[in-house]
Amino acid sequence: MQDTTALEASLSKKARRNHEHVQTAAMLILFILLAILILIPIYALFVASWKPGDELLQYGLNLDPEFSKWGLSNYNLLFFGDHDYWLWFGNSMILTVITVVLTLLVSSFVAYGFAAYEFRGKRILFVIVLAILSVPFEVIMLPLYQQMSDWGLMDNYVAIVLPFLAHASTIFFFYQYLQGLPMSLIEAGRIDGATEYGIFFRLIMPIMRPAFAAMAILNGMNAWNNYMWPLLVIRSSEKYTLTMGLNTLINPYGDNYSLLIVGAFFSIIPIFILFVAFQRYFIEGMTAGAVKG
Amino acid sequence: MKKFFYSRKAAPYVFVLPFVLTVLLFWIGPIYKGVVLSFQDVMKDEWVGFANYKRLLTDRIFWIAVKNSAKYMVVTCLLLIPFPLLFAVLLNSKLMKRPGLFKSIYFLPALTSVVVAGTVFRLMFGEAPESLMNQLLALFGMEPIKWLKQGGTGFFALVLLCCWRWTGVNIMYFLAGIQAIPADLYEAAEIDGASKFGQFRFITVPLVKPTTIYVLTISIYAGLSMFLESFMLWKGNNSPNFIGMTIVGYLYRQGIEKRAMGYACAVGIVLLILVMIINLIQLKLNGTFDRKED
Repeated sequence: MQDTTALEASLSKKARRNHEHVQTAAMLILFILLAILILIPIYALFVASWKPGDELLQYGLNLDPEFSKWGLSNYNLLFFGDHDYWLWFGNSMILTVITVVLTLLVSSFVAYGFAAYEFRGKRILFVIVLAILSVPFEVIMLPLYQQMSDWGLMDNYVAIVLPFLAHASTIFFFYQYLQGLPMSLIEAGRIDGATEYGIFFRLIMPIMRPAFAAMAILNGMNAWNNYMWPLLVIRSSEKYTLTMGLNTLINPYGDNYSLLIVGAFFSIIPIFILFVAFQRYFIEGMTAGAVKG
Repeated sequence: MKKFFYSRKAAPYVFVLPFVLTVLLFWIGPIYKGVVLSFQDVMKDEWVGFANYKRLLTDRIFWIAVKNSAKYMVVTCLLLIPFPLLFAVLLNSKLMKRPGLFKSIYFLPALTSVVVAGTVFRLMFGEAPESLMNQLLALFGMEPIKWLKQGGTGFFALVLLCCWRWTGVNIMYFLAGIQAIPADLYEAAEIDGASKFGQFRFITVPLVKPTTIYVLTISIYAGLSMFLESFMLWKGNNSPNFIGMTIVGYLYRQGIEKRAMGYACAVGIVLLILVMIINLIQLKLNGTFDRKED
């Protein structure tokens, strides 16, 4: 009697395991298909970067590798040609690093103020953070553009960086992250004689590292790929960012498309490296900062 | 003075000061200025009252833009919330192999700039029979078409571009939300014999609601203010028959291309009001305000 139940149990366990294998396989198929769909445009861009630029202009992008057409001419042009690509690349690099460092610093500073203190006006200020989260930048784009020109900040990187240092969504994220922080840590800091600001810089900032990693990726992506606002603010071509520069290549003259395609592919690489480097903390940081009602 | 600066009473205000300054200088200031300008003819430096708004009411192209933006917002919300949520749940399942690899792959498109992504999609949707999408049609024995010259197929390209770039990001948001749900809830449900679907329906969906509301809020504003995707897909602001014209595209055309700053600011204010109304309704329906009361 006992034997049969044991047998049944082991059978059902086996059936269940089989069932699970089927589920795993089904999910894998689904996600592999999705991954292929997602990778198609990047693969097409990669393949095209080895083919002559006029091919692209004539035929558009497709998935045929057509190895017979492959050559190093685009990469040769990118690395040794006479053009401004690396100037734009450098400009974007500088702007991205400055933006990310300052935004993380200022936004975490503000978020800590919201998370660690009760003070008059906190509620209304926090409602403003949330309100700004849902207001498109494009609404203020034109008046802000005029304001910057009144202030003589046109064609100046300050105009690109300054308005977004206290960045609503970054503040919101850090605030959520700091919700899980033990207040006893702050009290301990006070007992040890640290100042209010010292507590933030010496005790809180170090433990916010995963949150910084997540926000470095998101803000880095935004800064590196920012296009609209620099397009309005920047005038002189030696200050062009990479996105602006790439867009000037879209006019089909000369070798433009050769540089455009290989330059476009290459433009993904720095931000990809940033992503890979911080990826380990990314999900962890995102989870800790997840929206909590 | 120095002592006051370091006091516990002053510290919170010092901490939030950068935000207060940002709001005053770069949000409230420009919005106020935008409202003022929208009542002016900026070129002639004249006060025109509601003339700009009246003109908007009968502006055919503006209404095409509103319709395009609204359609785009609705479709992207319908695609970019349920599917990423479902994918996130499956990716989070114990039965899934190598979830990290898939997460990274899905996130890749978000790393591309709109200039690169838009150009790639424009070339994939090219008119030549050799372009990717026309090759795909040929597989089904169909003739090549001019994808970006017609409303329906052009809109399809726009939506596809948006889904390509943002599916991975939204999966990340939902994964973060799901992983914040306490695991013992699922264990308890398992013991009570709840099915996987039941767990999804009665634990996951209600408990990721804050994340869903967040994603919905940003999707609404991003959808209504979409411009650059269209700008890149049609190589500028001039799509045939305005099939790619959006509200912000119209704002850009009036303010930057035609230098009609007052009229463009009126477009901006209408966009602001639209986004706020839709988000208020959405937040109200989702009960966000009820919860804040307690």
